[in-house]
Amino acid sequence: MTQTKIRTSPEERGLQVVNTILVTLFMLICVYPFYYVIICSFSSPDAISQGVYFLPVDFTLSTYQKILERGDIFRAFYISCLRTVLGTALCVFASSLFAFLVTKQEMFGRKFIYRLVITTMYLNAGLIPWYITLKAYGFKNNFLVYIIPGAVNAFYIILVKTYFEQLPASLEESAELDGAGFFTIFTKIILPLSKPIIATVAVYCAVGQWNCWMDNYFFVTDSKLQTMQLILYNYLTQAEQLANSMRNSLSGGNVAAIQNAISPQSVQMTVTVMTIVPILCVYPSLQKYFAKGIMLGAVKG
Amino acid sequence: MDHKMFFSASFFNLSGKKKRGLKYLLLALPFVAFVIAFSYAPLYSWIYAFFHYQMGHKISNMPFVGFDNFIKLYNQRNEIFRVLRNTLAMSLLNIAFTPLPAVFAIMLNEIRSTKYRKFIQTTTTLPNFISWFVIFGLATAIFASGGLITTVMAKFGVTATNTNIMANNDATWWFQLSLGIWKGLGWQAIIYIAAIAGIDEELYDAAKVDGANKMQTIMHVTVPGLIPTFLVLLLLAVSNLLNNGLDQYFVFYNPMVSDKIEVLDYYVYKVGILVNDYSFSIVIGMLKSLISVVLLFTVNTISKNLRGESLV
Repeated sequence: MTQTKIRTSPEERGLQVVNTILVTLFMLICVYPFYYVIICSFSSPDAISQGVYFLPVDFTLSTYQKILERGDIFRAFYISCLRTVLGTALCVFASSLFAFLVTKQEMFGRKFIYRLVITTMYLNAGLIPWYITLKAYGFKNNFLVYIIPGAVNAFYIILVKTYFEQLPASLEESAELDGAGFFTIFTKIILPLSKPIIATVAVYCAVGQWNCWMDNYFFVTDSKLQTMQLILYNYLTQAEQLANSMRNSLSGGNVAAIQNAISPQSVQMTVTVMTIVPILCVYPSLQKYFAKGIMLGAVKG
Repeated sequence: MDHKMFFSASFFNLSGKKKRGLKYLLLALPFVAFVIAFSYAPLYSWIYAFFHYQMGHKISNMPFVGFDNFIKLYNQRNEIFRVLRNTLAMSLLNIAFTPLPAVFAIMLNEIRSTKYRKFIQTTTTLPNFISWFVIFGLATAIFASGGLITTVMAKFGVTATNTNIMANNDATWWFQLSLGIWKGLGWQAIIYIAAIAGIDEELYDAAKVDGANKMQTIMHVTVPGLIPTFLVLLLLAVSNLLNNGLDQYFVFYNPMVSDKIEVLDYYVYKVGILVNDYSFSIVIGMLKSLISVVLLFTVNTISKNLRGESLV
């Protein structure tokens, strides 16, 4: 298609300028809070109270140092990473396997079973029943509570099933003629062809795992099994006390210097940054999978 | 003759198709068991609505109270109405702003540079993927005392002591709404962007031939093309009228805004976990779930009549 020069009238050009300004404004509103906490985490607490806007002032790594010295961040980061990897692997495997099963027309009770699973999307027993039930299953202070209950997810099953149904049936049929069994077809033919949707579900799953907090909050009190989200919440709500205890661990220097070396705000901002850095690093390259997933899901409605 | 008939009905004489059908069923059973264990088994707890639930006791040890917990709903109706007011306020405010992502998508579509458009898409969808805890961290950094807003206002000589919007009860609904929009706008716009991409080129050409300017084209071609998507999202939002989610309200709760921030999802949490009145919490949660299902099916029927398609 040849590029035709579109003559825009002055009003249209005006509209375009306004449009671009507004869109850019919203983009800045989305981005600046992240930028702000990042530059503040690298600034001295004194500078933060004076006003940090575009670049770190009094560049310092001391807040990071003080927080990392406490040690609980490392463990929480590890636990969050572990649950993200294991939970995602389990969920993706379970969802795709079940989705494949459901595409088999010959399955006895296929419609009923599918309906059973889909109904869970909108039938919610409630917070307390969920709490009572998982407690009854013995999920207290157990790492498995992070990955088992969420393994079979109706939304992901729908996404994957829709995708599988678009694959040509001839592939399966010819494989069956060659004597391939159910699992062989699943692992050697279906999965390799479904990379886009598997990637999409994996990315959704991983983000969900990283951001999940309720299972931690309600069922896990063991300090060795805390996740980043809850550690962040603790730091945010107890910033005053934590800042004080960090000041107490400082030695040397005058009172004023110690007082200013750590502030509740600097603590809050630094821990916030630590929680979002993984997502910030990984997000730009994964964004297209999210968008694809939504569009695939939007087709179903 | 009897055992011959028995034989012919045995498994080995089933057709290959039926045999496969059973095999798949067997493979599916673990998943069914899983779903029952984690999504349907909790429904059993609804029975505790008729008892005075005590943690760790068998049901035979719990006093049977019949409909007492339901009558409590009436006795505490002022509280319940307050919570319902908050819930509906948040839900209806959100519903009122459902056109906003569509507007943003249209605006985004008018950006000439594809590169810049993709950049905007990537940056504006980022807030959707951070947790509400992180948003609380960002909000604290900006709005709380000692945060960005206070610092900037101090520079202008304004030192009002109650500038912390997170502790402002009256501003709660609008503040929470704004946070929700900030988080979701970019992401929800993607659905509309996909819809715009699906609008027939010929309609645009026809409009140009008829001499439509930009605004007219948008009003008469783009917007009608988005209405089906908009209706689906609107109906889904209506079916979730009572479900605001716990995350956001749990995180932003503080005693100063408790009057306006307690929505149904938060109230269920408060009554059950903080006050430990499990039975009453189960009653509220149960009614909320049942009403939500009814809402969903009503909305589904409306959708069938309006669009000819159901949502679910």
